[in-house]
Amino acid sequence: MSWKQLGGATLAFFVWSVQASAEPYPSTYQAQSSAPVLIRNATVLDGTGRRLDGADVLIRDGKIVEVGTALLPGDATTIDANGRWVTPGLIDVHSHLGVYASPGVNATQDGNEMTDPVTAGVWAEHSVWPQDPGFATALAGGVTTIHILPGSGNLIGGRGVTLRNVPAATYQAMKFPGAAHGLKMACGENPKRVYGERTQAPSTRMGNVAGYRQAFADAEDYQHQWQKYEAEIAAYDRKKAKDRDPAERPVPPKRDLRLETLVAAMQGQVQVQVHCYRADEMAVMLDLAREFHFKIAAFHHGVEAYKIADRLAQEGVCGALWADWWGFKLEAYDGIWENLAYVDAPKDGCAIVHSDSDEGIQRLNQEAAKAMSRGQRAGLDIPPERAIRWITSNAAKALGLAGRVGTLEPGKMADVVVWNRDPFSVYALPDLVYIDGALAYDRNHPPATPRSDFLLGQPGAAR
Amino acid sequence: MNRLHIFSLLALVPYALALSAPAHSQNVLIRNARVHTMAAQGTLERADVLVRGGRVVEVGSGLAAAGATVIEANGRPLTPGLFGGITALGISEIEQESSTVDRAALVDSGTSGPGFVPRPEFDVTASFNADSAVIGVNRAEGITFAMIAPSASGTLFAGQGAVARLDGGDSPFVAASRTQFLDMGSSATDGVGFSRGAQFMLLEQATREALPGKPLQAGDMRLLTPTGREVLARYLAGGRMAFTVDRAVDIRQVLEFSARHGVKPVIVGGAQASQVASLLAGSKVPVVLEPLLALPGTFDQLGASMENAARLQRAGVPIMFTHFSAGTNQAHKARQGAGVAVAHGLPWDAALAALTSTPADVFGLSAEAGRIMPGSPADLVLWSSDPLEVTSIAEQVWIGGKAQSMRSRQTELRDRYRPTGLTGGPAVPAPRE
Repeated sequence: MSWKQLGGATLAFFVWSVQASAEPYPSTYQAQSSAPVLIRNATVLDGTGRRLDGADVLIRDGKIVEVGTALLPGDATTIDANGRWVTPGLIDVHSHLGVYASPGVNATQDGNEMTDPVTAGVWAEHSVWPQDPGFATALAGGVTTIHILPGSGNLIGGRGVTLRNVPAATYQAMKFPGAAHGLKMACGENPKRVYGERTQAPSTRMGNVAGYRQAFADAEDYQHQWQKYEAEIAAYDRKKAKDRDPAERPVPPKRDLRLETLVAAMQGQVQVQVHCYRADEMAVMLDLAREFHFKIAAFHHGVEAYKIADRLAQEGVCGALWADWWGFKLEAYDGIWENLAYVDAPKDGCAIVHSDSDEGIQRLNQEAAKAMSRGQRAGLDIPPERAIRWITSNAAKALGLAGRVGTLEPGKMADVVVWNRDPFSVYALPDLVYIDGALAYDRNHPPATPRSDFLLGQPGAAR
Repeated sequence: MNRLHIFSLLALVPYALALSAPAHSQNVLIRNARVHTMAAQGTLERADVLVRGGRVVEVGSGLAAAGATVIEANGRPLTPGLFGGITALGISEIEQESSTVDRAALVDSGTSGPGFVPRPEFDVTASFNADSAVIGVNRAEGITFAMIAPSASGTLFAGQGAVARLDGGDSPFVAASRTQFLDMGSSATDGVGFSRGAQFMLLEQATREALPGKPLQAGDMRLLTPTGREVLARYLAGGRMAFTVDRAVDIRQVLEFSARHGVKPVIVGGAQASQVASLLAGSKVPVVLEPLLALPGTFDQLGASMENAARLQRAGVPIMFTHFSAGTNQAHKARQGAGVAVAHGLPWDAALAALTSTPADVFGLSAEAGRIMPGSPADLVLWSSDPLEVTSIAEQVWIGGKAQSMRSRQTELRDRYRPTGLTGGPAVPAPRE
């Protein structure tokens, strides 16, 4: 019996049972309180594909209230943004900040639990070091929301977490409230190299696929055990109290964190993010997803995504890509500058610029600019208001957060960047970054001391 | 919505040139360019550059030349060809496929002797593959010369590198550019005594072996082979040695060593170089830096800042750029780094100099190299717009006056997978003669 054959009531109860508490390791994030702000007379790229010149953006109570012209400030503080550009806060769907923190010494290598090819039970958030200096440099690049994933050494590496890019002593205080977990999977060379060198499975691409399939087959079995239990406990509970024998009360199966995560993927409760370079392997993963009834949110890296751009668009799968990384391994040898533009081109194409790098995340706008320019040269009409979606709304979609961040539509969380000029330029820098309507970064009034405890009292800390 | 809009750009003559012209030396007249000469003439608007016999012969306005291929620049920028930085171009095709990588000489030390064999005689130019697809990709991005450097992998001495002109020719290397590379600091300690002090100890020991007039006694443990001693002695007689090092204290050690032995040092990395900027400036020691470095990747890089380039330049230190990444497939990203350095306070002209005239001077190319002036090798790039801007594209590259192919493995893939309905690219008019 497949999951889809189960009734909705059973589904709800099952979910409740497996996730014994509604949200373990819950978010403690609190938006900073903020006064209303009116950003006036800017060039606004709103993230939906619209460009508004000479426009105002009104922020109140941490939300976008309105984007338009000649808005009345009321009690709002006004910011003259004449000559400046405004975009939604940038979103990186692929980062290892906190789990591979700076400095990259032995003690900070917390991103890959390479002790078993399937470690679906690990959560990246339990490795996140909030003092990674990379969070502050990403903020200076306009990044307000970051998805942190486990590395790609394993077939199934574990759960990713989405963070608000705010200073905090704990990751829970950064955790995006209500954001779904991610599930990191990896194709190709990395897992087969890591385990092949130990002469254990997988050592080949076919070994990789057998590994995913067996893991999901185990998860199906686990799901059936729970379904059986749910039916039994429901029957037990239907009995009148006097007919119930506590000794016969059904006992739930033991929780298996690994399989629980895979079941959550099959139930659509986590956003599946797949590290995959080659077009043919992406096609195999799409078939895998069909076999086990889960949905892939995005292929990450995907240097050959352009070869199957139409298929990705039809399947509703995003490509989270680099502008120009290529050739550092064979599966990356076919990288081209036009990858993002080609993936963006079909109807419903979903292109995303991701970083996978503590350097790249500081300049997502420049990566988008490079890809936009090459796409234009290839003959595609990609204005800035379209390309900005690659680092805002499309990224939000892949994280399951399209209704909350990634655009400047009224009611969205007020994550806003005021750029000193057109952000699709190497010379552009964020002047102001707002997170939930609160000023999180001001280039002209930098904090006197580093945000990261680690950098305090170190060379260059006071500059 | 029709998004498959074909651009009607201005005539992009160089495209046609690249498609139609074989790479033989041409007389070329580039007209109406914004010429960044990097020489006494500074930046010239609407200027012409005449190329004959592989060299620039004249820079001015209203130039004419019968029989020359005329390139109409329409005001677009023309720069000297760009320096790709400290790279493995031509000696590493795919970094993670060891059968395609020739960066290091890791010779087994056998059962006796030190745990590593320093081989200063190792010469990467012997394995340079001018046909590498990686070179084609980077050349089409405006990179016309680069330092081809070995990597040490824990052997202290990486060996010898040299600057190559990336014209695909049989003798790409500039003899005067030969440089001995050493990897110091935290990234090198594993194979070399597990201590920075041990690195300098071994460096002194090897130097002593190589110096003339210091005969070794029978039974002395030797670090170097006879050839290694001979090669190192050449560098100790006023040669150039590049030290990969970040920490201020280690840079001081390098400067002291270099002064003691008459070596011309080049600092590669230099995350903390601005802390010793006046020392570097005083002896005109150049620094090759990664302008995108803003985070401490190691403890040696504490204090890393994107203002490093601007601070060093202000202090009078000659700077150059390189992009450190997995492999050097993206050597061209040094151009983006230069733009970022400008955003963080480096004057624009200084940023372009760091990609052109400074590396030419530091690595012993001719006095006219890295510039556009009479006598310069005609290594030129015509850009779609501001050459430091990420949205700009190299329209045409010349090396030694030869129009280089602007096609690469990547453009082949781009065209094979072009979305249906796109005829692609700008219009291609015939070249004017």
